[in-house]
Amino acid sequence: MLVHTARGRRTAWAVFALLFTPLFALPLLVVLAASFATNWSGALPSGPTAAHYATAVRGEPLQALATSLVTAATASLLALVVGAWAALAADALGRRGRRVLDALFVLPVAVPSVAVGLAVLVAYSQPPFLLNGTRWIVILAHTVLVTAFAHQSVGAALRRLDPAYEQAAASLGARPLHVLRRVKLPLLLPSLNAAAGLCFALSMGELSATMMLYPPDWLPLPVLVFTATDRGSLFTGSALAVVLMAATLLVLLALSRLRTRAAHR
Amino acid sequence: MSDRTGSGVRFDGVTVDYDGHTVLDALDLTVEPGEVMALLGPSGSGKTTALRAVAGFVRPAAGRVHVGGRDVTGLPPHRRGIGMVVQSYALFPHLRVADNVAFGLRARRTPKAETAARTAEALELTGMGAYARRHPRELSGGQQQRVAIARALAIRPDVLLLDEPLSALDAGLRSGMLAELARLHRELPHMSMLYVTHDQVEALTLADRIAVMDRARLRDCGTPQELYRSPRTEFTASFVGNANLLPVTVTAGGVSFAGRTLKVPAGQAAPGAAATLCVRPHLVGLGPGPNTLRGTLAEVQWRGATHRLTVHVGGHRMLADLRELREPPPLGAEVELHFAPDDAVLIGAIGTEAGHGRDHR
Repeated sequence: MLVHTARGRRTAWAVFALLFTPLFALPLLVVLAASFATNWSGALPSGPTAAHYATAVRGEPLQALATSLVTAATASLLALVVGAWAALAADALGRRGRRVLDALFVLPVAVPSVAVGLAVLVAYSQPPFLLNGTRWIVILAHTVLVTAFAHQSVGAALRRLDPAYEQAAASLGARPLHVLRRVKLPLLLPSLNAAAGLCFALSMGELSATMMLYPPDWLPLPVLVFTATDRGSLFTGSALAVVLMAATLLVLLALSRLRTRAAHR
Repeated sequence: MSDRTGSGVRFDGVTVDYDGHTVLDALDLTVEPGEVMALLGPSGSGKTTALRAVAGFVRPAAGRVHVGGRDVTGLPPHRRGIGMVVQSYALFPHLRVADNVAFGLRARRTPKAETAARTAEALELTGMGAYARRHPRELSGGQQQRVAIARALAIRPDVLLLDEPLSALDAGLRSGMLAELARLHRELPHMSMLYVTHDQVEALTLADRIAVMDRARLRDCGTPQELYRSPRTEFTASFVGNANLLPVTVTAGGVSFAGRTLKVPAGQAAPGAAATLCVRPHLVGLGPGPNTLRGTLAEVQWRGATHRLTVHVGGHRMLADLRELREPPPLGAEVELHFAPDDAVLIGAIGTEAGHGRDHR
């Protein structure tokens, strides 16, 4: 919507700031402020210190950050492969089949993630699929949860892709696999990249299903944030949360740099 | 029939349905080796569907498609060896011009040296040699079209399909590209071309034969001269060039129109039969002459080199395209039009259809 008068524009900005600041910006700023504090009994935090960060970037927290990064990267990669594959296959299915497949993939998002965590726990606690107690059960649950987003964004991009490209390639004698590798996937690269970013961010922040599943030797950072806060170490928890946010944002930034490079090629 | 020869296209009763709707109805048509055949028709006439049936993008509900004497009806597109150029060019945006042109050769695992040589050759042929390192988006519409043609030619197809290749270009570029396509065909005389268009000028300029299509069916097929000078149906007459179509009754030695007897070659038409007389507007003259018709001037359009007069003659509209008039008559004036007997063609009279029938095959 375009606002034409100067006063209208000022009002729109004011309303935006009024909604955005308390809802989105302030909580994050509060966490940031708390992560540098030793005491917060007045209106503002006091006793500035970097000690929380000193503990947040070594030992167990550092291990947890690595665990989170590995989990998110593996889950996103798996989700991307499975989701993109399913979207490409659904494209050939026709409208009815595509709708059924779409519904199946959305299911883990529609169901509360605690339930997904419980389901995965129950399903993989018995041989022959005994994953309980290993890192794979966490990665599996994350993959199940984020595949929906990969599938959806690749599917949407595929529907926007002009069939003329595929047909031109086929008429030039390219086999379907060659068309996929040399034409469709390169053209889908920006959406694959965007889907990877989304999956990665969601996996980095996943807590509820992870809580049901994590083994002692595979403890992702959000769990540590939760336990620290739960013990009452609010400021340590804040520092951990800031580390988690920063790591996620850095990865997303790198991905988007890659994306613009690909688009400008 | 071209079953033995190396190229050419043959449609054998090809029918295509979309959702129970027939978009191409039992098409029988043969494109000879080295021939340029235009499929001419309005949108929705089935001409693009016919082309896509040759390329393999639609599956006929009935009938067979032959390319170079080989039945390709059941073959997937990538095994048909046909070049195709579409209106949107469909150049691969992530590949440079040279890689676009080399795409078909690489897909066929052509040796590297040969790929490079044939890519360069195809780019030279279309005058795009200097742009090999560019990306498609850095080119103008006309240049993109040339690259699309080079890409289709690089695989040296026996048959080149062109789907409204010039309709995205502006008028000036279009006539230039038409000349280019004609030159390409002179340089590659063994390649058959199937050219889909709704533009009669493109069809008349480029084609050896024109297949006129309307509402999913082939209506007429012949050389441009045949279709233009002696159209067999009213549809052909009005779609290939402009036409005055006058309802007439056949009399002995001529026809009667609006109470007047006109001298035209009636052929084998039986006297008393109803027919349509086709007279091209540019063959109509102003003033008295043979076959004079009197009417009221309803409209004058000045088109630079010509004046188009619309005259009401006995309740019928008649168009006359005249060389620019110094002083056109005022609107509402009584004017006389005339045309030479040999410039008129009698269409659809009972008894003429059979004797006039052209072979589609």
